[in-house]
Amino acid sequence: MTDTTTQTTGRGESPQKSGWQFLKGHLREYGILIALVVIMAFFQVATGGILLKPVNLTNLILQNSYIVIMAVGMLLVIVCGHIDLSVGSVLGFIGALAAVMIVNWEIPWLIAAILCLAAGAAIGAAQGFWVAYFRIPSFIVTLAGMLVFKGLTLWLLAGQSVGPFPPEFRLISSGFVPDIFGGENLNLLSLFAGVAVAALLLWLAIRTRARQVAAGAEAEPFAFFAGRNLLIFGALVYMSWLMADFRGLPNVFIVMALLIAIYSFLTSRTTFGRRIYAIGGNEKAASLSGINSQRLTFLTFANMGMLAALAGLVFAARLNTATPKAGVAFELDVIAAVFIGGASMSGGVGTVVGAVVGAFIMGVMNNGMSILGIGIDWQQVIKGLVLLAAVIFDVLNKQKG
Amino acid sequence: MSIILEMRGITKEFPGVKALDDVTLSVAEGEIHALVGENGAGKSTLMKVLSGVYPDGSFDGEIVYDGQPRGFRSIRDSEDIGIIIIHQELALIPLLSVAENIFLGNERAAKGIIDWRETHDRAAELLARVGLDENPETILDDLGLGKQQLVEIAKALSKNVRLLILDEPTSSLNEDDSAKLLDLLMDFRDKGLTSILISHKLNEVSKVADTITVLRDGATVARMNCADGVDENDIVRNMVGRALEDRYPPKGDARPGDIAMEVRNWSVHHPLHPERRVVDDVSFHVRKGEVLGIAGLMGAGRTELAMSLFGRSYGRDISGYVAINGASADLSTVRRAINAGLAYATEDRKTYGLVLDDTIRRNVPMADLPAIARNGIVDRNREAEVASEYRKKLAIKSSSIEQATVNLSGGNQQKVVLSKWLFADPEILILDEPTRGIDVGAKYEIYTVIRDLAAQGKAIVVISSELPELLGVTDRLYVMNEGRFVGEMPTGEASQEKIMSMIVKSGEVA
Repeated sequence: MTDTTTQTTGRGESPQKSGWQFLKGHLREYGILIALVVIMAFFQVATGGILLKPVNLTNLILQNSYIVIMAVGMLLVIVCGHIDLSVGSVLGFIGALAAVMIVNWEIPWLIAAILCLAAGAAIGAAQGFWVAYFRIPSFIVTLAGMLVFKGLTLWLLAGQSVGPFPPEFRLISSGFVPDIFGGENLNLLSLFAGVAVAALLLWLAIRTRARQVAAGAEAEPFAFFAGRNLLIFGALVYMSWLMADFRGLPNVFIVMALLIAIYSFLTSRTTFGRRIYAIGGNEKAASLSGINSQRLTFLTFANMGMLAALAGLVFAARLNTATPKAGVAFELDVIAAVFIGGASMSGGVGTVVGAVVGAFIMGVMNNGMSILGIGIDWQQVIKGLVLLAAVIFDVLNKQKG
Repeated sequence: MSIILEMRGITKEFPGVKALDDVTLSVAEGEIHALVGENGAGKSTLMKVLSGVYPDGSFDGEIVYDGQPRGFRSIRDSEDIGIIIIHQELALIPLLSVAENIFLGNERAAKGIIDWRETHDRAAELLARVGLDENPETILDDLGLGKQQLVEIAKALSKNVRLLILDEPTSSLNEDDSAKLLDLLMDFRDKGLTSILISHKLNEVSKVADTITVLRDGATVARMNCADGVDENDIVRNMVGRALEDRYPPKGDARPGDIAMEVRNWSVHHPLHPERRVVDDVSFHVRKGEVLGIAGLMGAGRTELAMSLFGRSYGRDISGYVAINGASADLSTVRRAINAGLAYATEDRKTYGLVLDDTIRRNVPMADLPAIARNGIVDRNREAEVASEYRKKLAIKSSSIEQATVNLSGGNQQKVVLSKWLFADPEILILDEPTRGIDVGAKYEIYTVIRDLAAQGKAIVVISSELPELLGVTDRLYVMNEGRFVGEMPTGEASQEKIMSMIVKSGEVA
């Protein structure tokens, strides 16, 4: 019986599963990473090496930054068992608000930016209020929000584009971290930072594994552990070298990296994160376990609003103008990224890193197909099919398991 | 009497498991044949083989029905010749009318256009046959579970049933509705209908069955003829493969201590119908080290009482006074109730108790996450230690703490729910139907946990519809009926008859 094993390890069995069995059990987690690598490799070859040229890589990150920022917030909303359709409109509205405040009213950009973030959080809170405390389906509340803020954007801009922004504001999106080491052709700070972060991640992974092994918990086979972490380490170092070769680390990249790190930690390691997953998994059981599901649901929406506002600022700064068209259909890309990243429609499942990888899968495909000169028509078709394929893969994988 | 159904040498294997091993089942025409066994003994699998859920060829053995060998490829095939199965979880659509439900998938229609008049008339006829006096236009959701069960039977009758299979038909019915249902079955038997009854409730089985087949570990272990009279203990012995000397652990002789919780004049109104008082001026107390029982029929207000106490999770316009350890207690939210030392393990563990897709590791600490966290950061090693500790302590059968709770058996799921609450370390633990749908062996283990907790000085409140269970495990009993407490007695002085008569008499007065 199982009891003997339990006694020896004290913590459930850690059977030495074969690598193949392990891969089958965790196909989803590796699948998404492998998919990204394969897609990147494909476009790298197909575009004759353009994809990973330093300038294009930097562009790729800038182009997708606002999707990634919103995907992080959307992941929380979806894990919590809801959806937010209004993020694209909110992004556009906040961009417009920023333009009106900075360009028309000449409010200092920093104050305007803070006000915009607060406005975004308030918008999210207003929607979350109905979802959390009155149990109005989030699909409907945010569908209404989508229409409302699309309309308010038009009204605020009076149908015109407003710009340009002052140069300091534009630095949010187009600026690069200055190289304090004064490298000549290579941005040394960027390279060092990349290597340092990669090393930190590697060290954290090794430490966690060491603890798991010491505690006898189920650990992945060493080959997978080593392979996965070396891949991540190598990719980070390579990317930072590529970016160092262009203009260094974009400011947005730092913002994104921080958000990913913070929200990853928040979801996987904190009681807050644990509770969000519990609410999405079974709200009634969570409530009866003393988890304040209403407040947490409310907070996830407020957080989503704030991140949509941040994305709005980044987007406006990037275009250097606020247009009534900004943000149209962005919610679809964001939601698609989260589902490609392995989140479940019914809540309780998904990871921040998955959502980010999902966003980059979409981004790399956009970028790669544009370079190849594939029209926007076929790009949409292919992206749609990739989303469908990812979710079908998920569902079939779950049924087998 | 002729044999209507003969299943011979049925063997069904799943990867790694032999679910059925050379099972024989022989049912005579016009009898009520009971199929009993512990959870996992293979009853459901056998019925799935019979009804065509597992198609012909996916198992070994032979099914002879009505003198002919049969091979069903789907449920449709078995239904066509009159074998109808009614599952424990009813296959009805809550927001459709009774008539629509009865003819679901079998609509009274010509060329795809429904004949509503015939639907209505035929439904009324069928409802009369099952003794249900309701308008066929009634929305199903407006009926109680007992009546819904009858609608399900009417649906079976509409398909010209010859062999009716009922899987745990009374598991969610109160005693009154259960008795009615069993009477109906006996009535049908007198009219020549054959039925197979799957049940955990041995008193029901011994009351209505003509023949009993006992399954254990996927094999037929006994076939008992009830004409000669049957002893429930014999059935139990066959089910568990050993004599169960005692179905309940000894109560010990510890004296209960001080009053742990006192509730005075507690009233609760229905959340949707504020004029209805679901709990009506209830006062009670429970002592440290005491196991207190609350008896009553389903719908008596016991769950509502417990949930309204536990952070006002049920009802509105709640009034009354609660003291814990002699001091007035604030139980206005679940969090505050937990902090005050209260815990409530729900009767419906799948809906209210567990995050089913999550692992044992993540479910166990859920009611007290801060205890495994520092500064809001979860210590995953501590979490694994806690989960392993409870897995071992409560003997939760699973491959590891990483197993998702959805894959556990009912008894083991219940143990995870208990673990969750034990980890929150309450002073007062309310257990609502703690052994519903759990087999005999696991029940005993849960009773043992209850008695151990009492011995440690915890106050335990057990809500149960099974009177023998209350008599076996509690020290003192309250009887609840129609929202009020109508009696109190030490368990030593209680009997099933006494409790039932209290319930019946209180109903007459009202």
